[in-house]
Amino acid sequence: MGTAILGAITGMLGSFAVLRKQSLLGDAISHAALPGIAIAFLITGAKDSNTLLLGALVSGLIGTFWIRGIITKTHLKSDTALGLILSLFFGFGMLLLTYIQKQPNANQAGLDKYLFGQAATLVERDVWLMAIVTGICLLVLLLFWKEFKILLFDADYTKTLGFNTKTIDILITSFIVLAIVLGLQTVGVVLMSAMLLAPAAAARQWTNSLGVMVILAAIFGAFSGVFGTAISATQNNLSTGPVIVIVASIFVLLSFVFSPSRGLLFKQIRFIKNRRDLELHKTLAFMYNIAETHEDITHPHAIKILNNFQGFTKGTLQKLVHKNYVKLDGNMWYMTEEGFKTASNLYNQQTTGDNE
Amino acid sequence: MKNKIAVKVDDLTVAYNYKPVLWDIDLEIPEGVLMAIVGPNGAGKSTLIKSILGILKPIAGSVSIYGKPYEDQRSLVAYVPQKGSVDWDFPTTALDVVKMGTYGSLGWIKRPGLKQKKAALEALEKVGMLPFKNRQISQLSGGQQQRIFLARALVQNASIYFMDEPFQGVDATTEIAIINILKELRKAGKTVIVVHHDLQTVPEYFDWVTFLNVKKIATGPVKDIFNDDNLTKTYGINYKVSIQE
Repeated sequence: MGTAILGAITGMLGSFAVLRKQSLLGDAISHAALPGIAIAFLITGAKDSNTLLLGALVSGLIGTFWIRGIITKTHLKSDTALGLILSLFFGFGMLLLTYIQKQPNANQAGLDKYLFGQAATLVERDVWLMAIVTGICLLVLLLFWKEFKILLFDADYTKTLGFNTKTIDILITSFIVLAIVLGLQTVGVVLMSAMLLAPAAAARQWTNSLGVMVILAAIFGAFSGVFGTAISATQNNLSTGPVIVIVASIFVLLSFVFSPSRGLLFKQIRFIKNRRDLELHKTLAFMYNIAETHEDITHPHAIKILNNFQGFTKGTLQKLVHKNYVKLDGNMWYMTEEGFKTASNLYNQQTTGDNE
Repeated sequence: MKNKIAVKVDDLTVAYNYKPVLWDIDLEIPEGVLMAIVGPNGAGKSTLIKSILGILKPIAGSVSIYGKPYEDQRSLVAYVPQKGSVDWDFPTTALDVVKMGTYGSLGWIKRPGLKQKKAALEALEKVGMLPFKNRQISQLSGGQQQRIFLARALVQNASIYFMDEPFQGVDATTEIAIINILKELRKAGKTVIVVHHDLQTVPEYFDWVTFLNVKKIATGPVKDIFNDDNLTKTYGINYKVSIQE
């Protein structure tokens, strides 16, 4: 249940991250959250998940705004800034974790769960928290839908319309950080960004509408959460996080292959079909030119002449016969009225088709 | 000759890093002109427009629209960005993009309704793109995408239009379609400012011109100042264009 909600919220917000081409931001944020968890534990000395997540939230936000600062204030490109902050915070977090492990505190065991996540550690209170945050996020999304959409598409133009783009930007980013922090307990620091990106990438394959994409991403995310948890529950010692991520990746893979408009499979099929059609048309056009030289278009010709024409095969001839454009008579062929008409229209069709 | 000043730029200086991109620009654009901004690559043409529109923050200088600061006059100004500035693979339709032109007048949170849809459809009709209204924007040709951008600005129903290279990468048909719309805008008393690349067409399309190369070289009516002298000053080399009489 918790993982389903988590999948839904990260899927929705992930759509925005993907469309902003900030895919790696999620990765950086989740890694940046680790020292926050460790520091929160050091201060309180207890493993209360809310406190730890608060720490994660704070350090995640600090990391995010550092990244933005680096990008705007220096010459560094965004990927460099992301990589820098990611490894800096993660390294610092790991340092703190190893330090904590050497402490004589019985509570410390289990902090490393935040690295790869463990859904079993979720209690009812955590699920409620997730549900509430998701609700707020949904509300904000609906309210500022128009603003989010236009900022994602054309930020400069949004500014000229009088919107404060910084406010919208901070709003989106804050919610992405929030979603990531919520997911840390379940999926873990290392794999969290996959939860953000995989459902969105899969959803993008199926639709050309932003609204549908966000909804689909939420559904994909939720299903990944449910299936992943179910599978990991059947085996002992199987971390939930990695399983959820693998399920989500399977969604991506299937979407890339099978989506009707953008999928590789249908693209390939269309490609081959178009080539075949063109081959057929070329052959028909060639025959048309020969038939044209006679007054009687159904005058028979030897199949042999066609052999000089590239692209001609027995297969294409068979298909033309099948379509009733051409008739065979021994090793002679002749065109039907229908074939002649089709051929004479071919060229026109081709050009008008392009202009459309 | 012209009455009111639509756009006034004072001492505008813009720099990205250390080198100034625009240096001390003073510019007055009278109401109702169709003006080209010309200059070599890196002359700061797009930067000038973006600074006027507040997208970039200038180091010094001020901009006023009809005598008031730009911030108070936003609703009078529409912007057509360079086509290449956005990701056309974004999941949305032509009509949706044009509707974005109404977002400014709607303000925060309010959604576009029937009235906005009608306005967007009218703008699509004007640029001849009505049959493509439900088309995914990635499936439009370069010229069609440019026309969508133009329609989005038309929806804003502004008095002043800034356009960043609207003729870049479009075919001859679209170019003519666009210039006809621009001339119509001028006829309606609107002011149109266009970053332009093709010097040959300046005398044919525009009545006002600004030569820019970091500094402002000259500005005025095309028939008075569009000459080899100013072109040479702007482009550095001995530039000769034959101006058809």
